Amino acid sequence: MTFLPEELLADQIAHLIGGVRHVAVGNASPIPATAALLARERGRGRPYVSLLGSPKNTFWTDGARELFDCAGQGRIDVFFLSGGQIDGHGNVNLVEIGAHDHPKVRFPGSFGSAYLYYVVPKVILFRTEHSRRTLVPQVDYISAPGASDPNVFRPGGPVALITNRCLFSFANGRFTLQSVHPGHTIEEVIEHTGFDFDRPANVPETPAPSAETLTLMRQTVAPQLAELYPQFAAQVFGIKLAKDLPQEASAP
Amino acid sequence: MSQIAATLDDALGAITDGCMLVVPREVSGVPMDATRALIRRGIRRLHLVALPTSSLQADLLIGAGCVETLETSAVSLGEYGPAPRFNAAILARSIKMKDATCPALHAALQATEKGVPFMPLRGLIGSDVLKYRDDWKVIDSPFGNNDPIVLLPAIKPDVALFHAAMADVYGNVWIGRQRELATMAHAAVKTIVTVDRIHPGNLLETPVLAAGTLPGFYIDAIALTERGAWPLPLPDYYAADGAHLAEYAKMAATEEGFAAYLEKYVYAKRAA
Repeated sequence: MTFLPEELLADQIAHLIGGVRHVAVGNASPIPATAALLARERGRGRPYVSLLGSPKNTFWTDGARELFDCAGQGRIDVFFLSGGQIDGHGNVNLVEIGAHDHPKVRFPGSFGSAYLYYVVPKVILFRTEHSRRTLVPQVDYISAPGASDPNVFRPGGPVALITNRCLFSFANGRFTLQSVHPGHTIEEVIEHTGFDFDRPANVPETPAPSAETLTLMRQTVAPQLAELYPQFAAQVFGIKLAKDLPQEASAP
Repeated sequence: MSQIAATLDDALGAITDGCMLVVPREVSGVPMDATRALIRRGIRRLHLVALPTSSLQADLLIGAGCVETLETSAVSLGEYGPAPRFNAAILARSIKMKDATCPALHAALQATEKGVPFMPLRGLIGSDVLKYRDDWKVIDSPFGNNDPIVLLPAIKPDVALFHAAMADVYGNVWIGRQRELATMAHAAVKTIVTVDRIHPGNLLETPVLAAGTLPGFYIDAIALTERGAWPLPLPDYYAADGAHLAEYAKMAATEEGFAAYLEKYVYAKRAA
């Protein structure tokens, strides 16, 4: 079966999620959201999935703070972060490019990264533009650092970085190339990566999603995704845009 | 004495130039009719706290010159792209930006809710978010052994402003599962709410509704603004108007386009 790059990434992220209890997905993360819902479908309802901003795919009843309180207690196992810049130390920048008093580019802001990166055991970094502009030797602004001093409370941090070209793992303060996506090469990854990384002698190709996975994603996951990411679901999976939510029977 | 005001402008009276105003994130019931009314009134020098992020609301207020200080964790139009007026204001350094992280804003409002001067929070150490916040402090936990932790001063807004599905004549407001609206109201000196409709009867009388109700005790003024979150969503009731948000993103990309947007969608009502 032919597949789209988004489907390959979502399948890989679903593998990275593994057999955990609770996956949370933040704002503006349609591919991780696809992966989390895929993992839930494969696990027949586990892991629990919380998609920030989605009334249908969250179980929160104590407001937006519940996600952070949950994470602080270790009740969230996997979270996702992206960045305007990500560097070789795993630092992420969601704020600005240039000097702090005269930024050249402004991004939305740090969201929950300056907290969740520390307390969620498995943070998966994703960036669909793999270039020297985004993967840099040193970020201009540290929204959240990749590593902390030994006395800083830090049960969590980055475990992997997935891009449109490849998959890196992260351990001991460095990235290691794990696989290169079909249609891309190691040379290309080296050329477009601004930081140093380790790589084994043989780097495999990222495996294509199975026909079964693609069917599950397109038929079962995509319609669920459309509630929160209508544009993405329309573009990638051809789900029609709906203007209004159906009236909830439970909403008084 | 009912909190239900005769007009939206009457309800918004307590929001004055220079006040600290707390508003909810883009999906929790953003009072957009009220925001347009404040822009029409020409509100100035707001210290806007967006709990913990914002989209169209902050971008409109910033573009219209209403904001002096912005305290939040992120501003963007989500799927519709960057928040153009916010970005332009940061690059032109025309607003004071207090970058935060989501749980820090929740925690700082919870401190006020509890009547305590500060709240500790994990994370942050080693980030530039902390580095550029001279109002946040790091201490060694008095209960730990070499355990540094950040302290955040309580945030006490002058006014909390949000939109909800319904209120009753007793001033009770039904917020459903959007509990951060309760935190905002508990922490603010005054709370102003716009609602889609007035519920006949008392929301506190039945346990099912009472659990999602913010008691009128915390509410100072209520205005009826049907579909008052438009073009943003009201959770469990209506979705965002995507076509309008896409139009906004396009128009607000330039200063001239933004001015035309204000004329068409904000100031037009003045003439009507």
